[in-house]
Amino acid sequence: MSYPADFKYTKEHEWVKADGKTATIGITSYAQDSLGDIVFVELPKVGADITAGKTFGSVESVKAVSDLFAPASGTVTEVNGDLATAPEKINKDAHSAWMVKITLKDPNELNSLLSSADYEKFIAEEGGH
Amino acid sequence: MPAVEATTPTIRKTALNSTHRKMGAKMVDFNGWDMPVEYPSSGGIISEHNAVRNGVGIFDVSHMGDIRLSGPKALAAVQHISMNDAAKLAIGQAQYSALLYPQGTFVDDVIVHRLGEDDYLLVINAGTREKDFNWVRDNTRDFDCKVENLSDDFTQIAIQGPKGVDLLQKLTDANLSAVKFYWVTRGTVCGLKNILIARTGYTAEDGFEIYVPADETTSARVWNEVLDAGRERGVVACGLGARNTLRLEGKLPLYGHEISDEINVWEAGLDRFCKMEKPEFVGRAALEKARAAGLKRTLVGLEMVDRGIARDGYKVLDNDGREVGYVTSGSFAPFLKKNIALAYVPPQFSDIGSTVQVEIRAQGVKAQVVPTPFYKRPKKV
Repeated sequence: MSYPADFKYTKEHEWVKADGKTATIGITSYAQDSLGDIVFVELPKVGADITAGKTFGSVESVKAVSDLFAPASGTVTEVNGDLATAPEKINKDAHSAWMVKITLKDPNELNSLLSSADYEKFIAEEGGH
Repeated sequence: MPAVEATTPTIRKTALNSTHRKMGAKMVDFNGWDMPVEYPSSGGIISEHNAVRNGVGIFDVSHMGDIRLSGPKALAAVQHISMNDAAKLAIGQAQYSALLYPQGTFVDDVIVHRLGEDDYLLVINAGTREKDFNWVRDNTRDFDCKVENLSDDFTQIAIQGPKGVDLLQKLTDANLSAVKFYWVTRGTVCGLKNILIARTGYTAEDGFEIYVPADETTSARVWNEVLDAGRERGVVACGLGARNTLRLEGKLPLYGHEISDEINVWEAGLDRFCKMEKPEFVGRAALEKARAAGLKRTLVGLEMVDRGIARDGYKVLDNDGREVGYVTSGSFAPFLKKNIALAYVPPQFSDIGSTVQVEIRAQGVKAQVVPTPFYKRPKKV
């Protein structure tokens, strides 16, 4: 599995792709593989504020509930409506199945996140993958 | 990790443990047992669940326990500790029952098999192996019978689903079509003589459970032969994840959830397995009193109406947001494609169609009381 070089990553297995002042957020392929079949996603509404490091929603597999942690702070501008009816899209392609788009409060917050190389190293150590 | 007793090892393994790991199973600690929760090679929980509903799946259930009662007063001993009527069992017949405390609450649920004239096998839960054996031994001392703990003697493999009988028939000389549901037989299986074959299971499907010798080599050989024989029927290995969603759709109780040492038989809705016409069994007097006093809570089936998954332990609220009960088991149901749950609520909320709420992450989410079981397997034409 390759982790896109233009994404940044958190240790909680979210990815974020910045494009100037906007950013797109999802969870990584490692995350969906650990969770198993995803059956439910709970996301914030458009207009909600999310804060870096704090939970902004949850993702559920058959067996477990997992919090989603915001990689960066900002205001939600778009929510991926597909995931309400087809959450399995995350299992199929986690790096395309984005969850929310936000207007970034402070693009510099991304500097402290992991690069794709760092993230791959991190998960190799964590999971023995 | 839950606290462990001094006498048991930190984590227990079945004889098939290395087989599961070789298959790449995702492993989990279940009541002190290192067990497969799902197999990525089977496609995961949802795929495994639907394979059992539509075809056939196999499970390692060797972690369950086995207690044998035999001898002149074996039936009397079983009748004393078990709430169902074992006198009704013909040789080769089995029944669902429970062992009760004097308060009428559950020590464990159990399947009682009559294997011979004075020979009974109780199959019990994994998490209650030691507790149950000690309970059975302590409560049958006055009866002339032998009580043996055979839990480590068997590898138990469940073959479940509409295609299960065809699969197993390829591996045995026993005539499986002559074995009705909840009956047992013995036969040669995978070349092993005199193997106990029971038409039982925990999936709400047709199927069998076979009890083979517990050494690793034999166990692995049988497991792999079953997978080979089932290949053209699309057999998949299934873990505890699918085992739980399958039994939930069928409203089969799980100890520690729908039944426990704090819940009585009437609350759990298991009346039809409790034969009060038996003059004596442990718990009978308390149940008589409880029946006269009336139900304070009852087990119901819920289906989520609004978006959300009710899970074990979540609170049930009335429509004004007051806490009235709790969820015993809840999940997304892979075959029904709904979010379902079992819950204890006061009797006034138990009518089919009643609406309640389930508290999910501090929000009340609408649910409805529905008939159970949620799923019933189609009758064979």
